[in-house]
Amino acid sequence: MVKIVYFAWVRERIDKPEEEIELPASVVTAGDLLAYLKTLGDGYEAALEYPDVIRVAVNQEHVEHDEPIAGAHEIGIFPPMTGG
Amino acid sequence: MTRPTPTIRVQSDDFDLQSEIDVLTDGRTDIGAIVSFVGLCRGEQNTLSALELEHYPGMAEAEMQRIAGLAIERFDLMGLTAVHRYGKIAPGENIVLVIAASPHRQAAFDGANFVMDFLKTSAPFWKKEHGVDGQPRDWVAAKDADDSARDKWS
Repeated sequence: MVKIVYFAWVRERIDKPEEEIELPASVVTAGDLLAYLKTLGDGYEAALEYPDVIRVAVNQEHVEHDEPIAGAHEIGIFPPMTGG
Repeated sequence: MTRPTPTIRVQSDDFDLQSEIDVLTDGRTDIGAIVSFVGLCRGEQNTLSALELEHYPGMAEAEMQRIAGLAIERFDLMGLTAVHRYGKIAPGENIVLVIAASPHRQAAFDGANFVMDFLKTSAPFWKKEHGVDGQPRDWVAAKDADDSARDKWS
């Protein structure tokens, strides 16, 4: 099981701030994870419609979509950042 | 030379520029330049009642710490403070503070600029607009110009 946390409009569209998910073995990279989540329902589909813009963090560090997520205990999924 | 430890905070409360500068310079006579940046909430021609700042607790602090470390290393800063607020912030109120200290002005200017450019593009904060009717509106969209500003440092 891995804890996934969502922020901003990704959180609103999926309609939950976090969840624990059992990932299939076929999910290797951050990009695989986004593609898998997108199949879980309408909210996920709406949140992850354009996966290229979505950012992923593994254990609170940014990762690229082609990086593996093995060893993750927490994965953050969120839109481009707009702080400052 | 020992690198200074940056002061990093993510908080809902406001901050006070002068007291943050005082903490950074307290008892020191080797600092020759302090550059500070304060980012405020704009009212957007009175169409906005507030910006609501969401953050990723833990990662926001960690990312600010990482960016601060890069700036201290690259510009040989003598001190660095970065404070970012979260929650609802009304037009005219403070959102973010960066203070860079160095022996001479150029490093302090560059250090503060560098920290802001990276903070905007990689620290996990998001802004949502609230209209004058008090209702939540759209999330602020990320700007390509912010990516370009960051990329000038690479």
